[in-house]
Amino acid sequence: MAYLDHAATTPMLPEAAEAFTAQLSITGNASSLHASGRQARRTVEEARETLAEALGARPSEVVFTSGGTEADNLAVKGLYWSRRSADPARTRVLASPVEHHAVLDAVHWLGEQEGATVEYLPVDSYGRVHPDALREAIARNPDDVALATVMWANNEIGTVMPVRELADVAAEFGVPLHADAVQAFGQVPVHFEASGLAAMTVSGHKIGGPYGIGALLLGREYTPVPVLHGGGQERHVRSGTLDVPAIASFAVAGRLAAEHREWFAREIGALRDQLVDAVRTAVPDALLGGDPAPEGRLPANAHFTFPGCEGDSLLLLLDAQGIECSTGSACTAGVAQPSHVLLATGADPELARGTLRFSLGHTSTEDDVEAVAKAIGPAVERARAAGLT
Amino acid sequence: MTDTPQRTRPLRVLAAMSGGVDSAVAAARAAEAGHDVTGVHLALSANPQSFRTGARGCCTIEDSRDARRAADVIGIPFYVWDLADRFREDVVEDFIAEYEAGRTPNPCLRCNEKIKFAALLDKALALGFDAVCTGHYAKVIVNADGSRELHRASDMAKDQSYVLGVLDEKQLAHAMFPLGDTVTTKEEIRAEAERRGLAVAKKPDSHDICFIADGDTQGFLAKRLGKAEGDIVDESGTRLGTHEGAYGFTIGQRKGLRIGTPAPDGKPRYVLDISPVTNTVTVGPAAALDVTALTAIKPRWCGTAPTGPGTYTAQLRAHGGETEVTAEPVDGELRVTFTEPVRGVAPGQAIVLYDGTRVVGSATIASTTRATAAV
Repeated sequence: MAYLDHAATTPMLPEAAEAFTAQLSITGNASSLHASGRQARRTVEEARETLAEALGARPSEVVFTSGGTEADNLAVKGLYWSRRSADPARTRVLASPVEHHAVLDAVHWLGEQEGATVEYLPVDSYGRVHPDALREAIARNPDDVALATVMWANNEIGTVMPVRELADVAAEFGVPLHADAVQAFGQVPVHFEASGLAAMTVSGHKIGGPYGIGALLLGREYTPVPVLHGGGQERHVRSGTLDVPAIASFAVAGRLAAEHREWFAREIGALRDQLVDAVRTAVPDALLGGDPAPEGRLPANAHFTFPGCEGDSLLLLLDAQGIECSTGSACTAGVAQPSHVLLATGADPELARGTLRFSLGHTSTEDDVEAVAKAIGPAVERARAAGLT
Repeated sequence: MTDTPQRTRPLRVLAAMSGGVDSAVAAARAAEAGHDVTGVHLALSANPQSFRTGARGCCTIEDSRDARRAADVIGIPFYVWDLADRFREDVVEDFIAEYEAGRTPNPCLRCNEKIKFAALLDKALALGFDAVCTGHYAKVIVNADGSRELHRASDMAKDQSYVLGVLDEKQLAHAMFPLGDTVTTKEEIRAEAERRGLAVAKKPDSHDICFIADGDTQGFLAKRLGKAEGDIVDESGTRLGTHEGAYGFTIGQRKGLRIGTPAPDGKPRYVLDISPVTNTVTVGPAAALDVTALTAIKPRWCGTAPTGPGTYTAQLRAHGGETEVTAEPVDGELRVTFTEPVRGVAPGQAIVLYDGTRVVGSATIASTTRATAAV
């Protein structure tokens, strides 16, 4: 089997699994004052410090959440509410149109339910937001911007955004910028302090940690209105009993992601290049999605459009041969929709139906690439014959 | 003879899974027989977002989820294919247009002909599948020379060969009906589903028309075609009342006529004729419904077309009984004469001809000859 869907989830690292299981049989609520509680608290705080170091942040800037989706929601909704309550004029939300649905739908909801004026920033054909575009949008009326949100790297086409430059622009106007760095962590250098971001989302299971755990890196001057109210854990920003095993395990995975990042970019990047070459050799008219320059895209991402094919058909044909990948776009009731990311980059809607995303990870091998090299040509031929329904 | 394709060699099979118990068990049986099965749920509604608790049809998120759940338990890949555009065009719009023209269509037949064993089958074949498998109760028999025959299911009470009567030999060559052999009650199919761990075991049966969720065909048509008030008249042309759209009636219909004055003989009156041109509905006594012969168009043959007249049994409705006829293809049409007059024959319905249990062919009823020349 060739598992090439690491951007969906990647196998847990043995060290992370070990840390997870080691904690499962230990009792202790990290908020309790007795010995068991103190033990749990120590585990959590050590994990926080580990993760902070891996991400170039202070420990107090790490807010644990149930995952990337919750961290995105907390950043987008929480910052909107707090900024608007500080100044009712601030109702404009700036977002890239290629965001993950965890940001996109949260932003959309603010527009529908909370009186926000949502403005989608223009992107180029690689799906990249240029600092000038952000500047133009903010400068039109700096006083009414609640926040801006632009992902660090795109989950479908792998395009890396100029986060530092974007953050500089936002900072000039005093606008908090949030970035979803779920796909970027472990693949490109991610340093919270150096980025200049106000908030940043990371997730456990995309870096070899467990499901159900993530974090919002949050500058200390920001106090978003909570999405979850309760016991006041995590700077009163995110209530809920802390998941000690998941947090301990997440920290191990985070440390390893940072330690292995250069190796990952080099080795997995080389494998990805082989895969891209193999697909282009087998299917000369396949279009590579995102930025073709190595420094402009995630090292593990290979995204293609196959003209005349239904992405679903390709998925079925490859799956039948043990190759697991994704079309990259979301489903509505199981029905594949043209990707909003590709549409935002100006792709033809018909073409946008024929996409495949191969995403590599720490367990990928040359055999995986070989399997794709062998299967993709005949699969595309078949899928073309089946056509677009 | 009598070897079904599912027993010959392993095939790559695409199992259409509605989310109901029959198609789930059919897919499970195909997989158990050693075939390489992939499940597919057809998204047929333009708005698949709607949740319908407890109800069953097609196209709801719930059905799609139930089908996926069944596929996971069987251990086969599963996909959802969006055939909503084709379905709307070929089945729903056709259904409305037929009613508008005063005829009575059978959308399930149309769906099998145009969607399941056309759009779906074509795509399946192009993707390298050998056959499409459904949960219909009907049998495919392969003869020694490789030719195929469609037969009634072993259990006549559950037989669905009528709605498959439109399939031609080519379509039949790639059809697999794993439920056709069983002489089991619905309860036993449910028990089998339960034994296989399929959660759909207790799911209620589907409505007759999947795209009319509440079963209110008149309401559905009224919404699409609007109100068009017209007259209800008797055989002599005397006006008895009014209606809100001739399309809302079916020949042979007795209920819902809302005629104030009773017939002179006090007997119930039935719809005898629907004229969309004048928007008139003609009613009269039951005897005037007796049909002795009919002409049907667009015949489709399961195999070689007969060259001369022959004696067959015919079925005229999905849940109708058998009746003896002689039939003959003439100038691309089918001329049918009934041995005994029959009632409730409406243009638009399909007539399916059988030789014993074997489906010979089908055609769409275009006009009928009444015993009394009243209409």
